[in-house]
Amino acid sequence: MTPRTTAPPPRRDPRDVHADDASLLDRTTSRAVRRRSLRLLGELLRPRWRPLAWAGLLIVVGTLGQVAGPLLVQAGIDTALPALRDGDPGRLATIGGAYLAAAVLGGICAGAYVRAAARVAQSVLLELRRRVFRHTQRLSLEFHESYTSGRVISRQTSDLEALRELFDGGLTGVVSSLMHMVFTGAALFFVDWRSGLVLTAALVPAWLLTRWFQRRSQLHYREQRGASARLIVKFVETMTGMRAVQAFRREPTTQAEYARLGEEYRDANLRIFGVNGRYQPGLVLIGNVTVAAALAYGGWRVFEGQLELGALVAVLLYVKRFFQPIQQLGMFYNALQSAVAALEKVSGLLAEEPTVVEPQRPTPLRRARGELRLEDVTFGYGKGPVVLPELDLTIPAGQTVALVGSTGAGKSTLAKLVTRFYDASEGRVLLDGVDVRDLSTRDLRRAVVMVTQEAYLFSGTVRENIALGHPDATDEQIEAAARAVGVHDFVTGLPDGYGTEVNKRGGRVSSGQRQLLSFARAFLADPAVLVLDEATSSLDVPGERLVQAGLQTLLADRTAIIIAHRLSTVAIADRVLVMEGGRVVEDGTPQELVMQQGRFAALDAAWRDSVV
Amino acid sequence: MPPDSPERPAPAGSQLGTVASVLRLLPYVRPALPRLVGGLVASLGAGLAALAIPRVLQRLVEGPLAQGVAAHDYTALLWPTLAVLGLGVTEAGLILLRRNLVMYPGTRVEAALRTELFRHLQQLPAAFHDRWSGGQLLSRSMGDLGLLRRWLVFGLLQLVVSTITIAVGVALLLATAGWLGLVYLAGAIPVTIIAFRFSRRYRVIARLSQDQSGDLANTVEESVHGIRVLKAFGRGEDALESFSGQAEELRRTEIRKAGNQATVTTSLQLIPELTLAVCLMLGVWLAAEGQVTVGALVAFFLTAAVINGPVVDLGMTLSMTLNARTAVDRFFEVIETPNPLTDPAEPAELGEGPGHVVLRGVGFRHDDAPAPVLDGVDLELPAGTTTALVGLTGSGKSTLALLVPRLADVTAGAVEIDGHDVRSLRRHDVRRAVAVAFEDPTLFSATVRDNVLLGVDDDLPSETRERLLHEAVEVAQAGFVHDLPQGVDTRIGEEGLSLSGGQRQRLALARAIAARPRVLVLDDPLSALDVTTEEAVTTRLREVLEGTTSLIIAHRPSTVALADRVAVLSEGRITAVGTHRELLASDDHYRYVIASLEADWKSGEHDHDTEATR
Repeated sequence: MTPRTTAPPPRRDPRDVHADDASLLDRTTSRAVRRRSLRLLGELLRPRWRPLAWAGLLIVVGTLGQVAGPLLVQAGIDTALPALRDGDPGRLATIGGAYLAAAVLGGICAGAYVRAAARVAQSVLLELRRRVFRHTQRLSLEFHESYTSGRVISRQTSDLEALRELFDGGLTGVVSSLMHMVFTGAALFFVDWRSGLVLTAALVPAWLLTRWFQRRSQLHYREQRGASARLIVKFVETMTGMRAVQAFRREPTTQAEYARLGEEYRDANLRIFGVNGRYQPGLVLIGNVTVAAALAYGGWRVFEGQLELGALVAVLLYVKRFFQPIQQLGMFYNALQSAVAALEKVSGLLAEEPTVVEPQRPTPLRRARGELRLEDVTFGYGKGPVVLPELDLTIPAGQTVALVGSTGAGKSTLAKLVTRFYDASEGRVLLDGVDVRDLSTRDLRRAVVMVTQEAYLFSGTVRENIALGHPDATDEQIEAAARAVGVHDFVTGLPDGYGTEVNKRGGRVSSGQRQLLSFARAFLADPAVLVLDEATSSLDVPGERLVQAGLQTLLADRTAIIIAHRLSTVAIADRVLVMEGGRVVEDGTPQELVMQQGRFAALDAAWRDSVV
Repeated sequence: MPPDSPERPAPAGSQLGTVASVLRLLPYVRPALPRLVGGLVASLGAGLAALAIPRVLQRLVEGPLAQGVAAHDYTALLWPTLAVLGLGVTEAGLILLRRNLVMYPGTRVEAALRTELFRHLQQLPAAFHDRWSGGQLLSRSMGDLGLLRRWLVFGLLQLVVSTITIAVGVALLLATAGWLGLVYLAGAIPVTIIAFRFSRRYRVIARLSQDQSGDLANTVEESVHGIRVLKAFGRGEDALESFSGQAEELRRTEIRKAGNQATVTTSLQLIPELTLAVCLMLGVWLAAEGQVTVGALVAFFLTAAVINGPVVDLGMTLSMTLNARTAVDRFFEVIETPNPLTDPAEPAELGEGPGHVVLRGVGFRHDDAPAPVLDGVDLELPAGTTTALVGLTGSGKSTLALLVPRLADVTAGAVEIDGHDVRSLRRHDVRRAVAVAFEDPTLFSATVRDNVLLGVDDDLPSETRERLLHEAVEVAQAGFVHDLPQGVDTRIGEEGLSLSGGQRQRLALARAIAARPRVLVLDDPLSALDVTTEEAVTTRLREVLEGTTSLIIAHRPSTVALADRVAVLSEGRITAVGTHRELLASDDHYRYVIASLEADWKSGEHDHDTEATR
């Protein structure tokens, strides 16, 4: 026996959906979640610091070009006009030339900034999209079964959209606004530092208001992300099950439910607008009150003779100007809050650990023979009851095994353990003596392939759908696989043959034909171990006949586990396992078991009665 | 739906101008119009207040305050301060007002459009949903309508305010600054041309980008719905690769979009500034010549500075408007898809009836298919009988099943229930009379109870509902639901994914039974059941079917056993009707389709014949 190389990982529960939807978090969780989100943002931006810095430089230069305009006008009127009156046009030419240069520079930099910013934003989005996609593909079925596809879609679409808005709208303003404020503030201190102190004092209420905004909007943005996800989940589910909705006249109920979720989303948006709609005017108010305060204080000092009247005008204009871009800063902060809340959800998805883990140092298995061994395997879904108690089973390479038993006997569970859709809670599953947990996904999937009852077709051509079993296959190989399961004639009868696009969810392809196509995938994949889980349920008798014939050739030299309700499939099996309550209760060749007069014999008799 | 699909109609509204296109929203926006206009006024007011404050400051300081200092009258300080404070509070107040006025209509319109879209989608028949991908619909419902909301709340006001500011400013310049004003106005010509050309190009790219995000959403959706297949074949990496390809394409489109926007940003910033540079030189020269006063020159540049801001912003506002316009187009593309399957203007009343179903010369052809699937199907389902429909896979059995509850409309002939053409009835009535169990059972993420009682009226007394639930569960042998953690109140996952195929199928069967329909259509209802369960279901089902007109699509003799008689569907028509035994004896095609597999390929053809007549 090979020594145990991998300790079974502690079982983790996939994040439950309610936790994911929660918006009212306690302080520690809230902080942790926010930190996780910001860390992700940092991770995405850090490797792009060069293009980011370049974009920053462009915006600074662009802003300088814009700011230079009024200064040059002033210089023109103050110095070039008298010079011209004195008959010297040189000064006017210089200033005019400088203005032209500033205009060109400013314009070009502004345009270049738009390009540079889009490049950074889009590359961040691309990376994030890929990361989320890759990660959801890596996550175990256990996760997908509770998280729902709508939620994944919402993470991939509307949550990423929020991030994109941050890049699109917010960033442009913030650099120039900050620059503007720093320059104006400095100028004010230079002209009159006491008034500068008034300005500094105004930052205190502004900071408090921002804190208030941050807390409230963080909560509301979390609510909004949750509401948006629920809305998307409902939408996706209804569209997927539209036939059932219509057939059972559920349109009014679904409509009402959707409208309710739509209202919830709207309320969440309104709450955000409400908070933001107070924050922004609040900032403006603080600015304007500060101007009035500066006027009162400065005016008093003028009366006291401590300040020149002319200086007061300048001081007041500076104070006013200082607060001018504050709305833009507020808008940026708002967009940042929104993006961070969205990234909280995205980073939450990315932080999900697959319960079925890829090994650190996989044992290579180039060419599997296909011997399967289950040693003391115990399994239960999540925290649920044990479905398989201590199962010991060896399937020699090349054997075709049929699993028989009523629903819930553990047949599909066994299949899912062998294919490593799930990991055993205890014990281990060995392929050619190697624990399947020590195999790389690549090697495992090359060796073990499963065809399920649900034959999903992806949008794309028939050829692409079959080629899923083996992406590098040639057209001949694909055609051969289709012939082997008897679906070739059907395909060539389609408008564009193998190039025909299958419609949404296999629209025009009947479910029997869909099963045949997914069989063709398995033929093409050519694995050492083939697992068929009720894979022939929708086939008609002639179809099944063809598949049976094809299977006999295909299974000649490989291991197969066949779960079938129709005992017709069992006929090609070398060995039958009758399962009951997670245990193998009968084990032998079909002939032996029929002789034994046990459960299988009874099933077989019932089945014989049922055919014809 | 892929953007390059040949049957794709020209995008609705693409021939319209942007204004005309957006105006289609008017019926939805009308109730919100007063608030929007109010928001606009408040926004203009706030803009004016913001402009006024610096002027007022200067005047106050140089006027009353200076006099007060001279007279040592401290009250002279009070009034200006209060005035500035008042103006400042007014500005903040107007901004508050604007935001509050606009936020309700913005979100209201968005929510109304979204519900309207959903309502329409629920009305559209299966054919539409086959053609359109979920991702495209989702991106319309979320992405596009969100864009529209932001435009209504922000972009539209900005556009109007900017336009007014620019128009007033330019008029002011023309009126007061003569030649200089004309030069400045000359700059408007290239700006207009560039903005116009930009709009045309940008619109195309914006549309492409929104379509591509829809396709991307669709790929995500499929990758999650098909996760089992991808995992079973270990094709996650390949899926990622093709997803990346699509995402990369979207990225390129976005960069192109940004490139376009960059050009317009450059022009909108460059051209006015260049004109100003010319104006500066010309102005200074004119002032030197004494043709304008220095004061007028200063005033000219101050006003020009006010206009410049909105001109620069115009690029962003314009692209936002164009994005919104594309969103409107994409929205109407769906909303304006006519529903071919509607209730008649004067529906007949179905009334009580035994459930006698007749298919008369029924033909069905998909819109885009050259040949019909069904061509002249004549079939009568006498009230209270059970008929099995047998045919090869792809022979059109499932299509036929859709025609009875009018989930699709015949393209020839008619389907009648108790003497009424189903097209003359309300869809609601037809579907109450006919319940279907589909071959791939769709379960919703709801409790077992809700899933089974999907077709049962909500207003029935709860005891009746409970009784229906338990009976249906019992008949369908779905007793396993009692072992679930919360029994029938357990939420089952999306599409019932955490249940086995057989379990899902039994719930779908229970659902059809619980609806207590006049006519029951079961599409291969026992395919995923094991022999024992199948037997149990069959026995109980036979009792239930007693008195209910049923059509059962069958692939196996065991399912056929449920039926009183069998109809054979071949090449789009019914070729034979009879009992199982009769057909076995007389119909070669029937024998071919249904005859025992094992007997056939193990013992050869003649053996199979003996078995058949056994």
